[in-house]
Amino acid sequence: MILLRLAIASLLARWITVGLTIFAIALSVALFLGVEKVRTGARASFADTISNTDLIVGARSGGVQLLLYSVFRIGNATNNITWETYQDLSSRPEIAWMVPISLGDSHRGFRVMGTTDAYFERYKFRGGQALSFARGDKFDDLFDTVLGADVAAQLGYDLGDPIVVAHGLASFTEHKDKPFRVSGILEKTGTPVDRTVIVSLEGIEAIHVDWSGGGRSGPPVSADEVRQMELEPKAVTAIMLGVTSRLKVFTLQRAINEYAEEPLLAILPGVALQELWEIVGVAETALVGVSAMVVTTALLGMAAMIFASLNERRREMAILRASGAGPGVIASLLMLEAVLLTAAGVVAGVVLLYAGLWIARPYIDAAYGLYLPIAGLTTREVLVLAGVLGASVIVSLVPAMRAYKISIADGMTVRT
Amino acid sequence: MPAAEPSDAVLSLSDLQFSWHGKAAFRLEVPALDIRRAERVVLLGESGSGKSTLLSLICGILSPARGRILIAGTDLGTLHGSARDRLRAEQIGVIFQQFNLLPFATPLDNIVLPLQFSRNRRRKVDDPVAEALRLTEALGLPETLITGARAAELSVGQQQRVAVARALIGQPALIVADEPTSALDASAQLAFLDLLFSQAAAAGSSLIMVTHDDRLSDRFDRVLRLADIAQVSREAAA
Repeated sequence: MILLRLAIASLLARWITVGLTIFAIALSVALFLGVEKVRTGARASFADTISNTDLIVGARSGGVQLLLYSVFRIGNATNNITWETYQDLSSRPEIAWMVPISLGDSHRGFRVMGTTDAYFERYKFRGGQALSFARGDKFDDLFDTVLGADVAAQLGYDLGDPIVVAHGLASFTEHKDKPFRVSGILEKTGTPVDRTVIVSLEGIEAIHVDWSGGGRSGPPVSADEVRQMELEPKAVTAIMLGVTSRLKVFTLQRAINEYAEEPLLAILPGVALQELWEIVGVAETALVGVSAMVVTTALLGMAAMIFASLNERRREMAILRASGAGPGVIASLLMLEAVLLTAAGVVAGVVLLYAGLWIARPYIDAAYGLYLPIAGLTTREVLVLAGVLGASVIVSLVPAMRAYKISIADGMTVRT
Repeated sequence: MPAAEPSDAVLSLSDLQFSWHGKAAFRLEVPALDIRRAERVVLLGESGSGKSTLLSLICGILSPARGRILIAGTDLGTLHGSARDRLRAEQIGVIFQQFNLLPFATPLDNIVLPLQFSRNRRRKVDDPVAEALRLTEALGLPETLITGARAAELSVGQQQRVAVARALIGQPALIVADEPTSALDASAQLAFLDLLFSQAAAAGSSLIMVTHDDRLSDRFDRVLRLADIAQVSREAAA
C-alpha cells in the first residue's frame, strides 16, 4: 500500500502537469462516450420515427426514396398512386387499416401533408407512442389544419390563425383564395411530424380544384363553391397500412409489388430504416474512429509526460533502489502511476459526460429533435473504458522500460 | 589483516576486481576487507578514488568481474538481480550525502519504505509507525514534523536524521553511509555522528562510513584509507 501512497504523493507533487494530463484524458473519454451516446441516441431516434406501420406503399421507385419522402419529408415522389388503386387495395381482406398521404405543397418552408383523420390514431412513433394535441383538436372543417410543434413554434401560430398554402415546394404561387385555419397544434415528437402542416385529403383536393399541373386552369372556384363539390381525390402520394396478421405482411408486400394495373412499391419501414441507416452509418463509423484516435492521442500524451519526467526523477529512483527496490519495482511504480492517471481521467471523463448531457440535452432535443436519455453506462461503454485502462498499461510500458534501464545504469548514484 | 571469523563478519570482501568499460575505462581491485558485527569503520578517500563504486559493489548494485562479496554470510556472487536487491533490502541501510528522501512523501513514509522490500526487517518491527517515531524521537525530531510535513520541507540536518532512521529501521546488519556529514556544518557533524553511533549500537548494526574528511576519524573503531586497501587504475578509452 505504501507504493500506491507514494505514487499518489508523487503525482500530487506534480499536480499541474498531472492535472493537465488527466484533463486531456477526461476530455477524450467524454468525447468518446458523448459520440457513443449521440450515435446510439440518433440511431434509436431514427428507428423510432415510425412504428406500428406494417407497410408503406408508393409508386415504384427505391425503398429508401419512398421512406425518405413519405416519413422524413425529404425529396419527392416520382409518381402518385391513383385513387382507383387505393380503393382496390382497401378492399383486400388482409388489410386492417390504411392511411393515405398526399404531399407536394408547402407553407413557408414546411411541407404540407394531406391525410385523413385516421392518421392521428395510426401514426405511431418511439415504440408505439401516439400523437397528442398540445392545443386544439383534429380537423373539423374542410379548411382546418393541424400544425406540428416546430411549425407552430417557429412561425408563432396559435389556434384560429389563418394559413395560406403555397403550390409546390419552393413556389411563389399561393392558394390565396382558400386559406386554412389552425384547428390544432401537436405536442413535440422529435420526428418529422413536428415540421409538417397537416390538412385533410379533401382540403388538398379543394385548393387544387381549379388547378392543373403548375398553374391555374379554367375559371376560379371560390372557397364557398368548393364546399358544394364532390372532393374525391384523384391520387395520393403514399399509403401507410397495417395488416390483420403479421404473417400476411410478406404475401401482401409481394402482391402489391406485383400489382398489375400500376407499378407500385411496398416497403417494410423497419427494413428500409435499416437500409437508410447503413448509408448514414458511414459517418457514424468515422465519428467513432476519430474519437478513438483522440483517446489514443491523450494516452500518448500521458506517456510522453511520464517519459519527460524521468530525467528529473532519477534521484527518486536512486533512493528507491537504495531502499531495496529492484528496477522492476521502479518500472511497475511508473505503470501504476499511468494507470492511476488514466483512471482519474476516465472517472473525470464520465462525470464530464453526464454533466454535459444534463446541460445540453434540452438544447439538443429542441434543436435537432434528438432525445438523449441519461442512462447508465452500457456494457459496451464500460468495456471501452476498461480498454482505455488496458491501453494505458501498454502505453506506459515505454517510460517504464526506460526507467528500468535508467535505474540499472544509475544504481544508487545519479550520474548526470 | 585483522582476522575475522566468517561467522562474525558482517561484510567480507576477498580478491575483488571490478572493471568499467565506459568512456573512461576504470578498474578497482580490493584484495581483502572485513567488517565485524557492530564494528564502526571509516573509509577515507578523495573524491574519484572509487568510493562510490566500492559502495555500489557492497550493496549489490554493481557486480564484480572477479572475487567474493559476503554480506552476513551470503555470497552476493551467487545471487541474481532481484535476489541481490532483496539482500540489500534485508541487510543494508543506506545513507547518502544529501537528498536522501523522496521529497513529495512524508518523512514517515520515507522511513518505513525499506520494510516494503524486506520481509525480515518488517518482522523485527511490530508497529512500523511506532518504531519510526521511536527512532526519530531518539534522533531528536518532533513527531509533528515526521507525520505532518513533506520531506522536502525539512532542513538538511533534519533530512539526514530521517535518513538515519530509515537506514536503521528493522535493524539491518550493515549501515553504509556515503559522506553523510558533509552537507552539515561543522558543529552539527559531531552531534550527528553521536546520534548515528548510538542508534547503530542500539540496533546492533555495523557501520561503514566513507568520507574524504579525516577530522572525524578518531571516533571510529577502525580507520581505513582506500588507497591502502584498494588499487584503482584509470585509462583513457581505447
